[in-house]
Amino acid sequence: MANQQESFSRTMLVVLAVCLVCSIIVAGAAVGLRPLQIINKAKDKQQNILAVAGLHTDKSITEIFSSNIQTKLVDLATGEFVADNAKYDQRVAAKDPKQSIKLNVEQNVAKIGRRANIATVYLVSDDNGVLQRIILPIHGAGLWSTMYAFVAIKTDGNTIEDITYYEQGETPGLGGEVENPRWRALFVGKKLFDENGLPAIKIIKGVAPEGSVHEIDGLSGATLTSVGVQHTFTFWLGKLGFGPFLNRVHHGALNNG
Amino acid sequence: MAKSSELTEVLTSPIINNNPIALQILGVCSALAVTSTLETAVVMTLAVLLVTAFSSMFISMIRNYIPNSVRIIVQMAIIASLVIVVDQVLKAYAFGISKQLSVYVGLIITNCIVMGRAEAFAMKNKPFASFMDGIGNGLGYGFILVLVGGIRELFGAGALFGFEILPLTSNGGWYQSNGLLLLPPSAFFIIGGLIWVIRTFRPDQVEPKE
Repeated sequence: MANQQESFSRTMLVVLAVCLVCSIIVAGAAVGLRPLQIINKAKDKQQNILAVAGLHTDKSITEIFSSNIQTKLVDLATGEFVADNAKYDQRVAAKDPKQSIKLNVEQNVAKIGRRANIATVYLVSDDNGVLQRIILPIHGAGLWSTMYAFVAIKTDGNTIEDITYYEQGETPGLGGEVENPRWRALFVGKKLFDENGLPAIKIIKGVAPEGSVHEIDGLSGATLTSVGVQHTFTFWLGKLGFGPFLNRVHHGALNNG
Repeated sequence: MAKSSELTEVLTSPIINNNPIALQILGVCSALAVTSTLETAVVMTLAVLLVTAFSSMFISMIRNYIPNSVRIIVQMAIIASLVIVVDQVLKAYAFGISKQLSVYVGLIITNCIVMGRAEAFAMKNKPFASFMDGIGNGLGYGFILVLVGGIRELFGAGALFGFEILPLTSNGGWYQSNGLLLLPPSAFFIIGGLIWVIRTFRPDQVEPKE
């Protein structure tokens, strides 16, 4: 190569020029495509909520969200609704020491480290405005990843209507089967709490006995993922999770609208 | 401009004769990770193909200006920028797939095929030939990826592109799926098997004994 090409100033010039052009392209793509990406993310989340909402209408997603689904914030400590804030993001809040609590070893059943003080729940009503389902977001560690799910429950605060795992990084075909519709269907109709009001959902090894109201078959070949699902339920149904809220729901807190 | 026969050679030789995965054994890590279903394998192929083709072309365009002492860094800057653009486009237009591919799109930056072509071909050839070379190598990479992805999805999940081909016992059919094929190590066996098959038919690819 020519000597002139290797001079210090020339090297700097080429490097700077390449960096400048590249940064303009990257920044342009990131900024230009951002609105679309935000819409995609929001749509993706709404679709996951709809998957467990059990609504049968031909309205568009946005219409359903403006007419049938109400987004509410719940103070987990008291189980009471707090003022709405459209910008609230539970995942962001869980990382903020001011808006979350650190779970000690004993409390950290679901291995999530911190828990936001306020949770987002979704109230699903039919077209006449009658409350049908309550959708709760839950998450906990599986074998490889944190698994995020929405659980839809009846207005009695006790019966599962549907569940969907919408974000997980478990082994495809084994733990990844938490997304399998056939496995998710096993949750339908199960009761969250026993007669004493204690969390009672059990993911067991093998097949749950016929007629059992609390037990669900574990995923074969995915013991640790199944344990993760168990711990997720144990935590989110407990005192630190949705326990207080569900207790209020159980005693009719939502019946007055 | 190079002769068209040379261009054809540049485009097609990486598919079997000089396959980046099977002969050069490059880019194997991503081939293990994204081949559990055919769909992700195809999208990954397209992403790698575009990045290799355009990075080779851009690098070739400025090859006479790139100072030798910092050439790898300049190549990396161009490759990385293209990968980020591809990642952003996927997030905007194919959100579901970009979620499945997750970090592996970003890891195209470290895919040895892209760097390898930039260093070995684009630095010495004209832009159009480099572009074709990038396409060819992308196709060679994709050829193996699609084969592996097809075998893994068909026998591991009884489906192709998510459509059920072999009814699984877990869904009331007759086919007992092979769970191993859904795990990354199975891709090792399949790629190994493919290399064996290719070298049986093309003995000239076998390395001489040391």
